[in-house]
Amino acid sequence: MPLEPAITDIEALKERPAVAKLLAWRKDALQAVKWDRNELTLTIDRHSLRDTCEALRDDPTTSFNFLADITAVDWYPQEPRFDVVYSLLSHQHKSRVRLKVKLNGEDAVVDSLTELWPGANMFEREVFDLFGVRFQGHPYLRRIMMPDDWKGHPLRKDYPVEGYR
Amino acid sequence: MAKQYDLMPTVETLGDDRTMVLNMGPQHPSTHGVLRLVLELDGETIIRIRPEIGYLHTGIEKTYEAKFYQQGIVLADRMDYLSPFTNELGYVLAAEKLLGLEVPPRAVYMRVLLAELSRINSHLVWLGTHAMDLGAMTVFLYCFREREELLKIWEALAGQRMFNSYMRIGGLALDVPLGWFERVRKFLNAFPARIDQYEGLLTGNPIWRDRTMGVAKMSLEEVIKLGGSGPIHRASGLDFDLRRDMPYCGYEKFKFKVPTHTDGDVWARYVVRVLELRESQKICLQALDGMPDGPIKAEAPKIILPDREKMKTQMESLIYHFKIVTEGFTVPAGEVYQAVESPRGEIGFYMVSDGTAKPYRVHVRGPSFANLSLLPSMCEGKLIADVVAAIGSIDIVLGDVDR
Repeated sequence: MPLEPAITDIEALKERPAVAKLLAWRKDALQAVKWDRNELTLTIDRHSLRDTCEALRDDPTTSFNFLADITAVDWYPQEPRFDVVYSLLSHQHKSRVRLKVKLNGEDAVVDSLTELWPGANMFEREVFDLFGVRFQGHPYLRRIMMPDDWKGHPLRKDYPVEGYR
Repeated sequence: MAKQYDLMPTVETLGDDRTMVLNMGPQHPSTHGVLRLVLELDGETIIRIRPEIGYLHTGIEKTYEAKFYQQGIVLADRMDYLSPFTNELGYVLAAEKLLGLEVPPRAVYMRVLLAELSRINSHLVWLGTHAMDLGAMTVFLYCFREREELLKIWEALAGQRMFNSYMRIGGLALDVPLGWFERVRKFLNAFPARIDQYEGLLTGNPIWRDRTMGVAKMSLEEVIKLGGSGPIHRASGLDFDLRRDMPYCGYEKFKFKVPTHTDGDVWARYVVRVLELRESQKICLQALDGMPDGPIKAEAPKIILPDREKMKTQMESLIYHFKIVTEGFTVPAGEVYQAVESPRGEIGFYMVSDGTAKPYRVHVRGPSFANLSLLPSMCEGKLIADVVAAIGSIDIVLGDVDR
């Protein structure tokens, strides 16, 4: 299976249920789409993340009912610095979608998904701990892997691999 | 109101002092590692329970960013010491997806065989320790008898008992030694009778039934909202298995059933896992029967180390060997999420490449990590004695939780 170039044109991908749903529902929430290596990535405006997830979860054509994963990528020194990456799975349609939110380093805040999926709790705590991204509305946003008095966020790219000496 | 210390406290006068906070772990034999639970108790009833994790955090995700792609296989092993091959499989599949690399059929079949042997190994350790937590000592010895044979089989194949590091990006490290398939077949043929032995010790046992039935019950809706996967959601009635429903690594060629149960309690998880043992044995036999001949590595000299023989006789191979070992190989930029059905549920590798020889980011969605968030719902309002049963039924591996 040789690699094919990624498709980033919304017009070419509007047949995909998740894209079609978002275009019909709220066009401005969808910032970019990408179809690469058989995986769909949607970049979402950070203020509409929570509503987007709810829409994708509850609509029968998409029904992404399972939040598989939350993580982040640090693109330091670029801005916007952080990608917060959500991986959704639909048990019914047997399909996946990846949602992405871009955040500035200065203002790395995004809405928490704990109201939609209580299971987001620990994933969000992990991202907060290791990247320093804050989740608004999270009930218990504290460090989870590192000790409470730890300084810095280890998975940021400006944090040295061997730690601060 | 001032407390009257001259009177013996009764339930009414205790007020806020009624509850007690109890630490369970991080060093407690039934927490399967270094899990610490903070329990708030009212008598024997649990009011709140909070898992405190991180005692085994080793920064594997950070380490990945400093290693070449091929060096990461070793780290994938170490996250889950009970099913090393499933973790390796997830890692190499993710890297192969990034590269657009296809592996030859013999390697595919070997990978399936090893992944299922891992599942058997993991479920055996789970069954033995889970039963021991609940007081059934004997099962542990029986399970570890078979596990020992499995570890010897792995040692004969890869030279190591536990952290095998046998898979490679683009294939496998070595071909199989002489007589190895016969040894696996002998083990598999004897295995169903051994499962009958475990079931003979547990399934009809009234103490076992009392300790598991109706304990730590979860509805399917709750399980999905909290992110539970694998045997846990199947025990609550969801008929979904990544191997069958979103096949990877050639699983679509194998015939097997996906066991489910509707009770959603510790008993249901036990039943589902024991049935999975039987199904895994069948998949292994299919893999052995259908094992094709041929190469075990893909044709990609810039990615896969050349054979020793070629390296010593051909200049070109020697150069490739030197290049791969010292500089690694570059991977086209992009990102993938590869999920694999591990014995504990969905293990996902999210890998981001920026076009260099080292991954820009590797994130592991640990199934134990996600499943652990079910524990509070399983235990709150229930008795403290059932916490041990609940933890056991999640089948937790702390290396996978903390990474």
